[in-house]
Amino acid sequence: MPKIVFDKVEKSFGPVKVLPPIDLTLEDGEFTVLVGPSGCGKSTTLRILAGLETLSGGEIFFDDRPISKLEPKERDIAMVFQDYALYPHMNIAKNMSFALRLARVPKAEITEKVQRVADMLNIGHLLERKPAELSGGQRQRVAMGRALVRDAGTFLFDEPLSNLDAKLRAKMRTELAEMRDVIDKNMVYVTHDQVEAMTLGDRIVVMNEGIIQQQGSPEELFKTPVNQFVAGFIGSPTMNFVEGELLQESDQVWVQGDGYKLPLDAETSARLPGTAPRDVTLGIRPSSLLVDPAAGAPIELKVVVSEYLGAQSVLVTHCGAQELLVETPSDGPIKAGTAQTFGVITREMMIFDKASGLRV
Amino acid sequence: MQTANVNRLTPYLFLAPAAAVLAIALLYPIGYMIYASFLDWNPSQRIGEAEFVGLRNYINLLGDESFRESFAVTLKFAAIVVSLEMFVGVGLALLLDRNIRGMSLLRTLFILPMMIAPIVVGLMWRYMYHPTVGIFNRTLKNLGLEPIPWLSDGDWAFASVIIADVWQWTPFIFILSLAALQSLPQSALEAARIDGATGWQQIWYIKLPLMMPVLVVTCLLRLIDAFKVLEVILVLTNGGPGLSTEILSLRISRTASEFRELGVAAAMSNYLLILLLVLTLGMFLYNKFAETRALRLRAEAEGAAS
Ligand SMILES: Nc1ncnc2c1ncn2[C@@H]1O[C@H](COP(=O)(O)OP(=O)(O)OP(=O)(O)O)[C@@H](O)[C@H]1O
Ligand SMILES: [Mg+2]
Repeated sequence: MPKIVFDKVEKSFGPVKVLPPIDLTLEDGEFTVLVGPSGCGKSTTLRILAGLETLSGGEIFFDDRPISKLEPKERDIAMVFQDYALYPHMNIAKNMSFALRLARVPKAEITEKVQRVADMLNIGHLLERKPAELSGGQRQRVAMGRALVRDAGTFLFDEPLSNLDAKLRAKMRTELAEMRDVIDKNMVYVTHDQVEAMTLGDRIVVMNEGIIQQQGSPEELFKTPVNQFVAGFIGSPTMNFVEGELLQESDQVWVQGDGYKLPLDAETSARLPGTAPRDVTLGIRPSSLLVDPAAGAPIELKVVVSEYLGAQSVLVTHCGAQELLVETPSDGPIKAGTAQTFGVITREMMIFDKASGLRV
Repeated sequence: MQTANVNRLTPYLFLAPAAAVLAIALLYPIGYMIYASFLDWNPSQRIGEAEFVGLRNYINLLGDESFRESFAVTLKFAAIVVSLEMFVGVGLALLLDRNIRGMSLLRTLFILPMMIAPIVVGLMWRYMYHPTVGIFNRTLKNLGLEPIPWLSDGDWAFASVIIADVWQWTPFIFILSLAALQSLPQSALEAARIDGATGWQQIWYIKLPLMMPVLVVTCLLRLIDAFKVLEVILVLTNGGPGLSTEILSLRISRTASEFRELGVAAAMSNYLLILLLVLTLGMFLYNKFAETRALRLRAEAEGAAS
């Protein structure tokens, strides 16, 4: 399975620049997850890799071999399309087996493979139907099945589970995770789902407006995001951002804003360039706010809404005029409408430069 | 209760005028023709005066050598012409379905022949086929080749007529196929490319099957038209030499005007009508059959699975 390298790949549709030059390396056998807001160029990146769109500049290498001039079929790729792209005139079995039939795989083997994948996807009973006679989620599973029956070197998934119910999605996620561990293939996976991104990805690539913001392991992105965009994109519920400024008092650096004043941990303080004060954005993960005020630096928040999610609750609170989310276990006696002191784990706080959005 | 009834009748009320027009404009002439085919009717008689002869016209026709010849010519003509036109028209559409510069001009040029009146097409081709001053034979002569008896030899005349018809009607199939091609789901074609289909395989397994509904209708329309073609052949060969290009509609018109046998002409028209009906029905039944078969297969598969 090839190592895939994007070398200054550019894409424009007419005057519209969708991808500025991007550099990206996907190691052999790696599961890469592309995330980013709608319209940021994820599908375009996949389609370029698949050979469905031409490059406007740069080159893609498979193991040092330039492939941008190759036809899709010469790239040994299977793909799940965001819009499914099923063959309307073929039944499900034919849809799933098309590539195998073209490759002249023996009939018995085709039947066996299709049946196995279809059963895994819970669509084994629909094999004789046409795509138009399926629900959206069923079609999506057929699209998935059509890729999975193949033995390609690289698999591209464009939001392959977006239309499934929670239970099926969890099941499919497990299947994919198993597949990732068992077979040695390159997989590139686009998703909006945090859980999918975090659980499946060996490497997550965060994109915004065509630009790669950061790439790395899920843990890296979660713990050391390079900027405010990545910090806000990774993690659920999303990170809280509040305005503030830094002040130096003797040895301690504080970050202070509307309704709070929190001490900065030594490690972050050490990284601060130059001298305070200056305007920053403070990032606090909802999970870094604890109900027990003694567990960290105190901060007083007014609880506005308590969203019950089962074992966890998400509290919507106000700190001055700004909104903060707090993630707590549900058993605490917290009522909406009360003001309460929470404890902040200060070493998990992040400071972002207000102007550039970069993390310090 | 009362209103429900009225409501159910309302659509028919609105349909009534259209139904009336249809009945008068469509059914009356057909009925008239069917009735006339049972008569021994001379144009100098009024229809009431004509003698009723039952099926005699039909039976006589079956035994009539030249009618059978003409019927065969028509079948042969329609089959060859429509196959050629479908092949070339669809082929051109597949070839020209791409976005390069100048393509829209080329497409417009392609559909010009269809816009010319058939009589004019006939005259034009007659000049081109002219044994001495026609462009074809002049070219052949310049190249030092033997001239071809385009319209004076039976087999060549048949070929000439076919060439003219293919020239005029291929564009019809071309534009319909092109429209069908351009409305195909692009994503299915992309999927096929990913699945490893070559250009030919994309055409064969994706494009053609998806175009099929349009192609079937186009083919049927062309067949119906080809069975009724008249003007071009009338002008080019007038059915000759011998009976080599005397297609049925030409024979019908001659039976009515030259032989003055309106009843026989009507019976011939009915044979043609029956042929076309059989063709259309056959197509329809085949579709129905394929559909039910697919449904049955699926029911079996899902029954077995559950
Ligand atoms: N064929 C095209 N012509 C012009 N612009 C296009 C074309 N395809 C995509 N774009 C533009 O390129 C940008 C990126 O599109 P893309 O489909 O890659 O987004 P995406 O990240 O997949 O979004 P989503 O999450 O909504 O699927 C969008 O702004 C879109 O409008
Ligand atoms: Mg997309």
